[in-house]
Amino acid sequence: MMGSTSQSASGGGGRLGALTAWIDDRFPMTALWKSQVSEYYAPKNMNFWYFFGSLAMLVLVLQIVTGIFLTMNYKPSAADAFGSVEYIMRDVEWGWLIRYMHSTGASAFFIVVYLHMFRALLYGSYQKPRELLWIFGMLIYLVLMGEAFFGYLLPWGNMSYWGAQVIVSLFGAVPVVGDSLMEWIRGDFFISDITLNRFFAMHVIALPLVLVFLVIAHLMALHEVGSNNPDGVDIKKVKGPDGIPLDGIAFHPYYTVKDLIGVGVFLILFSLVIFFAPTMGGYFLEYANFEPANPLQTPPHIAPVWYFTPFYAILRAVPSKSLGAALMGLAVVLFLFLPWLDRGKVKSIRYRGPLFKFFLVSFTISFVVLGWLGLQPVTPLFTNLARLFAVVYFAFFLLMPWYTTIDKTKPVPTRVTYHAH
Amino acid sequence: MRTKLLALAAALLPVAALAAGGGAHLDKANVDVGNRASLQRGAANFVNYCLGCHSAQYVRYNRVAADLGITDQQLIDNLMFTGERPHDTMRIAINADHAKRWFGVVPPDLSLIARSRGADYIYTFLRSFYADPARATGSNNLVLPGTAMPHVLWELQGVQEAVWEGHVDAAGNAQRHFKEFTLATPGKLTPEQYDGFVRDTVNFLEYMAEPAQLKRRALGFPVIAFLIFFTLLAWALKKEFWKDVR
Repeated sequence: MMGSTSQSASGGGGRLGALTAWIDDRFPMTALWKSQVSEYYAPKNMNFWYFFGSLAMLVLVLQIVTGIFLTMNYKPSAADAFGSVEYIMRDVEWGWLIRYMHSTGASAFFIVVYLHMFRALLYGSYQKPRELLWIFGMLIYLVLMGEAFFGYLLPWGNMSYWGAQVIVSLFGAVPVVGDSLMEWIRGDFFISDITLNRFFAMHVIALPLVLVFLVIAHLMALHEVGSNNPDGVDIKKVKGPDGIPLDGIAFHPYYTVKDLIGVGVFLILFSLVIFFAPTMGGYFLEYANFEPANPLQTPPHIAPVWYFTPFYAILRAVPSKSLGAALMGLAVVLFLFLPWLDRGKVKSIRYRGPLFKFFLVSFTISFVVLGWLGLQPVTPLFTNLARLFAVVYFAFFLLMPWYTTIDKTKPVPTRVTYHAH
Repeated sequence: MRTKLLALAAALLPVAALAAGGGAHLDKANVDVGNRASLQRGAANFVNYCLGCHSAQYVRYNRVAADLGITDQQLIDNLMFTGERPHDTMRIAINADHAKRWFGVVPPDLSLIARSRGADYIYTFLRSFYADPARATGSNNLVLPGTAMPHVLWELQGVQEAVWEGHVDAAGNAQRHFKEFTLATPGKLTPEQYDGFVRDTVNFLEYMAEPAQLKRRALGFPVIAFLIFFTLLAWALKKEFWKDVR
C-alpha cells in the first residue's frame, strides 16, 4: 500500500515516465518527493495540535501572494501611502479582498504560530533531539514579529505612525547608543517618509527572504529528526522488517489528506473574518488607523496590535524603561533556551507530573491575561496585575530546571497510543 | 485558590465597566447600508450640507451612483453642483490655509470618518449641538466640547439648549452634569424627522467609509458554503485513506 502511493512520481511508463526519468537523471525530483513526502514516516497518532504547522505554511503562502498583488498598487511614500491603500480598497478590482486577506492573514499567522508553539510546549517537541528544529522555529517567530512591525507602518494610518514611534523608541532604552540607534533605524530624526521607504524594503523583500530560508531550514531539521507526537514516543525505536517505523505512516497521502480538513476549517474561520468582520472589532485593523498619520496628534489610546500585547504589558509593568525593555526582550528570548531549561525525562504532557502541568497552565493563563492587559489603558490595578502575571510568566521558564527535575512523571509506553476509527 | 480567583474577578468587574464607559454616552445610530433609499437620501444630505467644507477625497461620484442605483444623469442633476466630472472624487474648493484661519482647524476629510469614529459617534455628535454664547460659533457640542464646527444643521433641527445639574464634590468644587436638551427654537423638521435625517446621513457615511461592504457580505455566504462542502469532502477522503491505519 505505502509503496504504491509513490507510483505517480516515479512514473508509470509512457511519455510521462520518460519525462520523469529524464528529469531524475538531472535533478533528484523523485528522490526528493519520496524522502520528504511519500516515504517520510510520521507518527500515526498526531492530533488536532499538529494541524498548525501546515496551516502556518498556508498562511505564509497567502501572505506572499496577496502581498505581491498589494505591492502592485501600493505607494511607499508618506504623501501617497494612505491614499494608495484606500485606492486598493475602492478602485482596484478585488483590491478590498486582497487587502483584507493580507491584514487578516497577519493576525491569522500569529494565531496559528502561537498554537503551533503551544503544541511544542504540550508535547515537549523542543527536547532532544529537536533543539535546532525549535531554534529555527523561534527564529521564524522573531522574524515574523519584525515582519509584522514593519508591515504595520505601511498603511500610514495614525496608529501605524504612533505604534512605530513607540516601538522604535524602545531601542532608545539601550544604554549609551540608544538615541543614535533610534536615528539609525528611522533614518531620520522622527518617523518620516524615509522610515516608511526602508520599512517597505524590509517588509517586502528582506524579511520574507529570511523567513522562507528559515522555513526551509525548519523543515529540513524536522525531516532529519522526525516528527514528535502526543505521546512523545520515539517511533524510530520500533521498526518493522522493512525498516519503516511500526507506528509511522507515510506523510503522503495520510497527512496530506488529513491536513486538507485543517485547511478547510481554517479557511472557513478565515473567511468569516474577511467577509463579515474584517476589522475584528478593532483588533485586527485598529479604528484609529483609518485616520492618516498625524505627527502632531496621537490617537486617544495607543496599543500595539494584539499579538504583541503580552510583551507590551510586561514592558509597561516595569517602572524603569530600560529594565522594562530588557525584560520584554527576555520574555521573548527565553523561549530559545527551553530545550536546556527543561530537565524532564519525559516529553509529553500525558506523562508529565503535576508540577509541570501546574506551571504550564499558569503560564498559558498569564500569556492570555498579559495580552488582554496590554490592550487596556494603564490603571494602578492593571499595572499591578501585569506585574503579578509577568512574575508567573517568568517563573515558568526560570523555575523550569527545578520543577522538571523533581516532578513525578509517569512511565512512557514504547508504542504510541492510537485507536483506529 | 478558587476564592482568590473569585475575589480577583469581582475586583476586575467594576473596572471593566468603567473603562468601557469613557466619554459621553453615545446613542445607537442603527444604520443599515442595505437600505438603498436611506443611502440615497443620505447622499443628498451629504452633498448639500457637508460637502461645502468637508471633502471625501477617496469617494468617486460615479461609484456612489453605481452603488446607490442612480443613473449618471440623476447623479449630475441631483448630487453634483460645481462642474465636476462623474469620475471625479468628492473634493472641495476650500483652501486648507484659509479653512485653518477661519475655523482654527482644517475640516477633516470624511471618507473614512465612520470607520475611525464609528456611526454611533457621528449620529450622537450631529444631534448634540446646543446654544453656547461663549463660543464664537454660538454653539457647542456635548460629544466634542469646544468643537470648531458650527451647528450647520440648526435650520433643520432648531436650537437646543442644554440643561445642567449641579452638585458640589468632596473637594468642595462645583461640578455640573448634563441632564437633557430642550428645544428652544423649533426647526423645519420635527425631532423625529431630524433624527431620521441624521440617520440617513450617517448611513451614507458608513457606506462611504467602505463601499466594498455592500459586496463583501453577499460574497461571504457562497464562499463559506463552498468551503464547508470542501471540508466535508476532505473529511470523507481522509476517512477513506485512513481505513487501513490500525
